[in-house]
Amino acid sequence: MRSRNMLAVCGLAAAAFLAQIGASSAQTEVKSPTLDAVKKRGQLICGIDTGIPGYAYQDSSGKWQGLDVALCRAIAAAVLGDPEKVKYIGTTSKVRFSVLQSGEIDVLIRDSELTLTRAGQLGLEEVTPNFYTGQTIMVRKSLGVQHVKDLNGATICLLTGTTLETNIADYNRANNIKIGTLLFDKPEEAFAAAESGRCDGYTDDGGSVAAARSTMKKPDDWIFLPETLSRQPLGPHTRQGDDRWTNIVRWSHFAMLEAEELGITKANVDEVRKASTDPQVKKFLGLEGDLGKGIGLDNDFAYKIVKAVGNYGEVYEATFGSKGLGLPRGLNNLYNKGGLMYPYSWY
Amino acid sequence: MVRRPSPRAYAGQWLLLLAAAAVAWYIVSNAGDNLARRNMSFGFGFLWDVSNFDIPFRLVPWSEADTYGRALLVSFLNTIAVAACGIVAATLLGLFIGIMRLSANWLVRNIALSFVEFIRNTPQLIQIVFWYFAVLQTLPSPRQSIVLPAGMLLNIRGAYLPNAVMTPHGGLLSGLALLALAATPFLWRVRVGARRVGANALFLPVLALALFAAGVDHIDWPTLKGFNIRGGTQVPPEFVALWLGLSIYAAAFIAEIVRGSIEAISKGQSEAAQALGLKTGQRLFLIILPQALRIMVPQLTSQYLNIIKSSTLGAVVAYPEVMQIFAGTVMNQAGKEIETIIIVMAIFLAINLLTSAFMNWYNRRVALVER
Repeated sequence: MRSRNMLAVCGLAAAAFLAQIGASSAQTEVKSPTLDAVKKRGQLICGIDTGIPGYAYQDSSGKWQGLDVALCRAIAAAVLGDPEKVKYIGTTSKVRFSVLQSGEIDVLIRDSELTLTRAGQLGLEEVTPNFYTGQTIMVRKSLGVQHVKDLNGATICLLTGTTLETNIADYNRANNIKIGTLLFDKPEEAFAAAESGRCDGYTDDGGSVAAARSTMKKPDDWIFLPETLSRQPLGPHTRQGDDRWTNIVRWSHFAMLEAEELGITKANVDEVRKASTDPQVKKFLGLEGDLGKGIGLDNDFAYKIVKAVGNYGEVYEATFGSKGLGLPRGLNNLYNKGGLMYPYSWY
Repeated sequence: MVRRPSPRAYAGQWLLLLAAAAVAWYIVSNAGDNLARRNMSFGFGFLWDVSNFDIPFRLVPWSEADTYGRALLVSFLNTIAVAACGIVAATLLGLFIGIMRLSANWLVRNIALSFVEFIRNTPQLIQIVFWYFAVLQTLPSPRQSIVLPAGMLLNIRGAYLPNAVMTPHGGLLSGLALLALAATPFLWRVRVGARRVGANALFLPVLALALFAAGVDHIDWPTLKGFNIRGGTQVPPEFVALWLGLSIYAAAFIAEIVRGSIEAISKGQSEAAQALGLKTGQRLFLIILPQALRIMVPQLTSQYLNIIKSSTLGAVVAYPEVMQIFAGTVMNQAGKEIETIIIVMAIFLAINLLTSAFMNWYNRRVALVER
């Protein structure tokens, strides 16, 4: 009897030990209110632009496309395994941060500049730039203006609630000239006012100005002035205090960059996964190692992203590049091709 | 015998008050917790921070180095300006259309009817956008400005009026001129002996004109220089579009109020006036309208309040009013959502309460005194 009792005690102890392990492994599991909410909902709620070529626009079938939309789709693919499980909320430049702060959206990917003010005063996380640009001014060719400093006395249309107004004010004060501004709530109205000649020009970040030019009746009538008034690193914002979620957003973007550097595309990703013997590629696609688990995703999250949206270069080509607005890659090229896109290392 | 409320009724009142206080406390503390959780603070100190942006249209001086507080003042005055102009125009136009609605002439009557029905049944926002984009944005560019009489210019950037530049004493002289103008109607009513001063009081406006003219140093004519018209006073199309949108929309409602109020006056009044040999105009302005005014005033008040509130639609056509500048640019730059919205709500509440207080006072003045 005694021995059987001993056995029972041992069994209990073992069970308790196992339970302990189970509990501790459950503790190391990723805790993120936003991630939990997205999984429970089965849908990612992504705050995007109300509609601007390049970043976020609806194609002829009403489907959302664009560089920012691609990142929304990538996150949904990584978290939920399906890039279609996204609800897009169009946000104006005025309300975008309030909508994020109030928790109405999970992530804001809306050609928004990453700034100290937004980190410090709005309580937002500046995740990582997904588009490098600078504030550009577009004017009618017929004005005969070559440089920004020649614009003294001109009026420029732009959107309200942005850093653009401040940049122009700074430029005015620094150069002792007077460039007037006219503020609109929505891009369509601002474009229309520029088109009709109410303003001498239109300003925004380089990508948005290219988008604006593409909507003009005669895009060739407009030129970009060579100077940029500021550097503008645009990228996604999340709420501070949910670091795990921020990680997921950041690494979803990096996965698209890494894929481009490794030469993996939407078309060849399955083939590469089957054939590749390169350990870097195998780790990236989740065939080796436990890299995805650490940030609360499946190990093959990068595979899912590339399969769903392709790599960064492909997305750029389709939105801003030769198949889109015709904007040269420039700063948005990979670091080894003369750009600034430099993903963190994978291992 | 006066019945006193029972103690139970009092207890009910107190409980309700407590419940209301508890809800208010919960809302405030909840907002406080949420702000703290997001590393945000609450306070109005940001009003003294430098704003660093431009306001394209203003009635008082403004520079990029001014504070958010001054931005509030500038945009507040813009709101007041468009609302006040809107109220005046809507009243005059509404009165005119309302009288047209009762005309004996079939064409006049039906023109007024179609105006009212068309304006009243389409969204105000669309009307404002229409005035701005479809009408004012089709004007020619500054270099092809339309030249109007008296040196005025009209183009897509707005209407440019000649500006009177004052001599150093100009301020004082034009102040006196305003005083003279304001005193005219009072002097009109003063009696000297048995006679009213009456039309003799018209010497005051003439004096005012003379005083004003004496203060003018030179006239600043608008001329084309570089990109834009320089000199003169610019009335921007944003202001005009919003002003038209507000006043025409409200005028349709006011026209109906005017028509209803006139029809409410018993027909006997009109017939009696006719029997006394008064002409149509005299009948309308001396007998019918003064009586109809009593019925109109309370309804006009709510139209006026609507005009003031709808001025926030100006943000769509880039008119820099409180909503756009303060609850837009300032809110975004300072990151003070709750504070800016509280301030904007308080401002509209104050303007509207003042307006209705004035209208109530006026209503009591014109109301029928029953003895």
